Amino acid sequence: MSTNPTAKPEGNPGVSPASVARRKFLNGIAAAAGGGALLTLASWLPVRPASANPAQALRPPGALAGEAFLSACIRCGLCVRDCPYDTLVLAPVGGEVAGGTPYFKARAVPCEMCDDIPCVKACPTGALNPKLTDIHEARMGLAVLSDQETCLNFLGLRCDVCYRVCPVIDRAITLESLHNPRSDRHALLLPTVHSDHCTGCGKCEAACVLPEAAIKVMPVKLAKGALPDHYRKGWEEKQKHGGSLIGEQVEMPVRGLEEKAYGDVRVETPAPSGMNSGWKP
Amino acid sequence: MSARRESLRPGREAVRDKGWLAASRYLVLRRLSQLTVLLLFLSGPWFGLWIAKGNLASSLTLDVLPLTDPYLFVQSLAAGFMPASSALIGAAIVIAFYALFGGRIYCAWVCPVNVVTDAAAWLRRRLGLKSGRAPDGNTRYWVLAGSLIAAALSGTVVWEWVNPVTILQRSLIFGLSGSLAAVVAIFAYDLLVASRGWCGHLCPMGAFYGLLGQKSLIRITADQRGRCDDCMDCFAVCPEPQVIRPALKKAGQDSPLILDPDCTNCGRCIDVCNKHVFHFTHRFDQRSDS
Repeated sequence: MSTNPTAKPEGNPGVSPASVARRKFLNGIAAAAGGGALLTLASWLPVRPASANPAQALRPPGALAGEAFLSACIRCGLCVRDCPYDTLVLAPVGGEVAGGTPYFKARAVPCEMCDDIPCVKACPTGALNPKLTDIHEARMGLAVLSDQETCLNFLGLRCDVCYRVCPVIDRAITLESLHNPRSDRHALLLPTVHSDHCTGCGKCEAACVLPEAAIKVMPVKLAKGALPDHYRKGWEEKQKHGGSLIGEQVEMPVRGLEEKAYGDVRVETPAPSGMNSGWKP
Repeated sequence: MSARRESLRPGREAVRDKGWLAASRYLVLRRLSQLTVLLLFLSGPWFGLWIAKGNLASSLTLDVLPLTDPYLFVQSLAAGFMPASSALIGAAIVIAFYALFGGRIYCAWVCPVNVVTDAAAWLRRRLGLKSGRAPDGNTRYWVLAGSLIAAALSGTVVWEWVNPVTILQRSLIFGLSGSLAAVVAIFAYDLLVASRGWCGHLCPMGAFYGLLGQKSLIRITADQRGRCDDCMDCFAVCPEPQVIRPALKKAGQDSPLILDPDCTNCGRCIDVCNKHVFHFTHRFDQRSDS
């Protein structure tokens, strides 16, 4: 361009109308691109930290895990509309849960585990996995008896409410009886959750009679521990093998326990005679 | 009266000559259309009469007709998820409809945000506000591209966290808080910062529907452009004023049709013109008086 002096208008050396137009055009593109990029980046900022739900906000049955759900849910609310118990709600904008996505809080309204799972059927995208046809396979979360200090059954009372209301009673929650060392003559019937069967519906948490529930539904990932891969349970291995893997063990006599079965080290104290059994409240 | 004073109240002559109703015909029809869409969703929760379930992102009408917003569908695709067949069919129906009849019909006849931005534009005209600066009209395409890239990078439908359009639609239909914040933000931006800023410059949904309807059938024609007396009312009232000139003034085209995909088919130019220059027609109608 500089070799062709006719392209330059006089009085404004070095700037041709074409280059002004080009510069203006490029500036416009740059500004628009910059603005667009900024706007979309700004939209991304709140997402990163908040993509994890608060622990007490549970997704509907069949919800894809974590970010997969947020890629699939288009926030239409059809699941909410088809929930016959108004369990599901749409998250408002700016809250802890991604705005417009469905969730429920077990303590408020738990999932009633409908046999026909209308919320999953309503989902147009498959964010609630249509392969879930048996509600017992749902894993909305996992109930955890999170406070043994206030659970009435742990205190020795027969509350049992969480166990009684469990839709998968005797499988998802069992009562495990244990000797009550305080009274020394009663049983503790401890509500015990089994992750094989618990759907995370939250009926137990909703029904817990305490002002603050002692049993709570948490995300499975938060609630579950995991054994290291190399761990083997000896008793399972033994059963699989059909006998001890290390052969019969030599049983050494223990002085004073000669008449008892091997391994039984319980010490017997003679009961006091007469009416007084020795029991103290 | 000066031309500037006149542009504060475009359509005054049209009201005088045609009467208020005829001079507001398409405005009234569009408001009825927008209201009807919302009422189809709200008759269920309000009166127990379920017509349309869900919201404008995805819905099921009368338990048979699935509809899904194709922009949300594409965002979900970009995030790496292939939505199930119900959403696919719904999106296909919506795409077919708007591609055939006019992409941005959605903006002018369905989207409730249009009411907010029309109100802001009206007030801005009335107050004679010239403040602020509108971003380039192409910014919306960058936002559209950016929203899809952000979805791909994050693996989530990121834009939906802040999309004021879906936030408003959802909040209205589900009675959630947040509708007011979305309304106030868009209204303030359009009133104080950028004339027709949201719908005409930034909204990626509008951009998406515009792209969708590039070859659509329903068009506005300036077939009586010979009668134009250059009162500028149509420019003052048009949400995308740049679309009028080619058809009305034969700038770069001979056809009287407004073929720019940015045109929302709102019909306000037809309303405010007391010379009856504009009419609704189809894209093959090349009749013109000049």
